[in-house]
Amino acid sequence: MRLTCPCCGTRDRREFTYYGAAEFLNRPAPDAGLQAWDAYLHLRDNPAGITRDLWYHDPCQSWLEVTRDTVTHEIHAVRALGDLVGDAA
Amino acid sequence: MVDLIADGAARGLPVTLGRASLVGFDPGPVTSIAPFPGRAVPGFPTPGQVVAQGAGRMVWAGRGMAFLIGAPAPDLQGQAAVTDQSDGWVWVTLSGADAVAVLARLVPLDLRPQAFPAGTTARSTLGHLPVLLIREAVDTFRIAAFRSMAGSLVHDLTGAMRAVAARR
Repeated sequence: MRLTCPCCGTRDRREFTYYGAAEFLNRPAPDAGLQAWDAYLHLRDNPAGITRDLWYHDPCQSWLEVTRDTVTHEIHAVRALGDLVGDAA
Repeated sequence: MVDLIADGAARGLPVTLGRASLVGFDPGPVTSIAPFPGRAVPGFPTPGQVVAQGAGRMVWAGRGMAFLIGAPAPDLQGQAAVTDQSDGWVWVTLSGADAVAVLARLVPLDLRPQAFPAGTTARSTLGHLPVLLIREAVDTFRIAAFRSMAGSLVHDLTGAMRAVAARR
């Protein structure tokens, strides 16, 4: 498996660490209520098909959101989360 | 006050095995430069780039970070986070006709010259060690790892050199 880091180009899976579902980006408001926080922390979809998850590229210290297909193992898109907050490459 | 003698972190070098050599070296002062969000530092390298700067070189060292090697730390107050890394890293040079074959056993990079040209840099892993690689020439690499891992770096590299030499 290879992922394309927006900084470094196509790299081997050994350079990356899996973090979890991209759902972790949608943090509820502190007063959103127990149900919203329970869903955020514990409830995950397990799709046969397109899924989005978070990976860390250890060598260049980039957080990435990877869109991939759990059926075909195809990687559809990789996005650096630093771009959302205007970090330098 | 006693004058302490600076010493490299790598032990048991230089080593030549078959057609590859491993030598420790002192890169001079090493300073990490990380521009603050929205600030630009003149001469800051793009990913993979090595840029000459005065007597030294600016080497891209990760997202939003570069190492200034071989020149004194600049004053970038208000522009970038600047920290001294001189004693934090161990530096070795791997060279020889089998240098690429040795690295190919340890580093998951595409080492072909068209993918990793001479005069460029890459962050990667060597075995389990995070490293910074600078390709000086087709068969010459500077390798930097955390100083605390100097023993593992030399052990992994000499092990691969021995294995490649045994197959010649």
